[in-house]
Amino acid sequence: MVKTWKEWEKPLIELDEAIAKIEALIATSPEDKQDELGARLAEVKARRDRYIDVRYSRLGPWEKTLVARAERRPYTLDYVTALITEFTELDGDRRYGADHAIVGGPGFFNGRPVMVVGHQKGRNIQERQFRNFGMAKPEGYRKAIRLFDMACRFGMPIITFVDTPAADPGVESESRGISEAIAASTMKMFELEVPVVSVIIGEGGSGGAIGIAVGNRVLMQDHAIYSVIPPEGCAAILWRDPEKGPQAAAALRLTAESALELGLVDAIVPEPKGGAHRDPLQAIHAVRDAVKEHLDALTGLDGRTLREQRYAKFRAMGRFDGA
Amino acid sequence: MRTEGRGADGAFCQCLGCKKILLKSELDEALGVCPNCSHHHRLGAAKRIELTFDPGSFEEADTGLASSDPLGFPEYADKLAKARAKTGAGDSVVSGLAALGGRRVATAVADFDFMGGSMGSVAGEKIARTLERGVEHACPVVLFCTSGGARMQEGLLSLMQMAKTVAAVQRCRDHGIPTLGVFTDPTMAGVLASYASVVDVILAEPKALVGFAGARVSKQAGVSKVPDNFQTAEFCLEHGMVDRIVPRKEMRPTLTRLVKSLGGHLNG
Repeated sequence: MVKTWKEWEKPLIELDEAIAKIEALIATSPEDKQDELGARLAEVKARRDRYIDVRYSRLGPWEKTLVARAERRPYTLDYVTALITEFTELDGDRRYGADHAIVGGPGFFNGRPVMVVGHQKGRNIQERQFRNFGMAKPEGYRKAIRLFDMACRFGMPIITFVDTPAADPGVESESRGISEAIAASTMKMFELEVPVVSVIIGEGGSGGAIGIAVGNRVLMQDHAIYSVIPPEGCAAILWRDPEKGPQAAAALRLTAESALELGLVDAIVPEPKGGAHRDPLQAIHAVRDAVKEHLDALTGLDGRTLREQRYAKFRAMGRFDGA
Repeated sequence: MRTEGRGADGAFCQCLGCKKILLKSELDEALGVCPNCSHHHRLGAAKRIELTFDPGSFEEADTGLASSDPLGFPEYADKLAKARAKTGAGDSVVSGLAALGGRRVATAVADFDFMGGSMGSVAGEKIARTLERGVEHACPVVLFCTSGGARMQEGLLSLMQMAKTVAAVQRCRDHGIPTLGVFTDPTMAGVLASYASVVDVILAEPKALVGFAGARVSKQAGVSKVPDNFQTAEFCLEHGMVDRIVPRKEMRPTLTRLVKSLGGHLNG
């Protein structure tokens, strides 16, 4: 079993590189070579498409974990840039400081005002550090609470994008009450009298995810993961061996398919062939269509009904024997 | 009393804090608190109920609930069977109605001996029902926490118990029902980051381990250089995350006073 994203994507990257080379060759080759090169290009492209078809048609839980963490996968701000017009990011938590692993602010979705809140990861070393690897500190959740509260007072529907490995586990975060911040944000979401749609777009990492994932509708991208604990953490606790992440991923059933089966998410948002990172725009459009559909379905419901629906939805979650 | 590492002779046990050999009866009389070093040994749910509430007032509810193995998680069925045999309980939380100083309370008490007090579907359901019971009976809710966190073996279902229990605390707020939580050793992760942290009043037993990320998870995340009292009740008190540290012998009168004052607007 492949252990890392690099290993997983390597054959595909090689095929992509081969295609790029042939394309470059075509651009600089004389007329009489074009047919031959064209045929070669078509052949390698077909090989790549077959490869994607085969590999992505049966991703296991661990492969999904790798894909969900892919660094070219669209992140919250990519969705915001593409789907939210006149967005204004608001940074303050009014308590301690600015957190960059949770972003949010008001804007327009499909022409109507909405509030957006989501986890944000980075793509290079500087960005990753700035975003703290998508691990929010208490300030992030306290900022989210402020934005939720504002949205509720101003009658704005809320869209949340969930993509975090976990909340920040450091000393600072403990000192400032990361647990309380997550719990308070979760609680705030139960008080909202506006429609809330949450989308799991990458890693739905435990408490750090649930703090902003209490939607009237919870959607999950096909290759996103949603888990009570990262598979490596689970392996470290259960088998004292973080290397057994793949086994833990399977045991945890952290795929969208399982979450839907267990009734914990409402719908799976399809991804382009080969994963959201291979065609971000198509992935973003699929999310747009799904969010629109579910927001439209919630429009017109009064605040009390929305609260009750959210309560009843999460209250019913759980599987046990007896009554 | 749970004092692992007890001596060969059944009449004696060793304090887990100062390692002193104690008479079991002596430790028992001191409510499991070492007379020498004040170490608060962990208590099972039954003992906790006996020490806390008015004698004979506890009526257990939700006894029919039992954890299934919804994911077919490796070794889970086996672990459940062992935990049931060890504790005689159906899961990690015992719930029901009780009285404190003659006033009715709804309560849920966790037991660390049942799979580390972990919260899966049954524990989440019992805590939610306890909170709803407080609303139904218009009485305060007292929750004794002890847990390593969410139960991994029920995967995402366990994570959702965090949301579910928080929702139930929220319901109590809406109905003017006071909620009190007691952090006992240890109160961690998914339990701390859900209902435990949003109750109205948080008490903690001395030196209880209280924190978000468990040691093994932190280590993996590269967290190092922590303060001496990191993730203790005292650390939480210092940082405003806990209201009071209450030694065990004062827990009952403290809770009784709080129930009386905060629940003064309720009947009973």
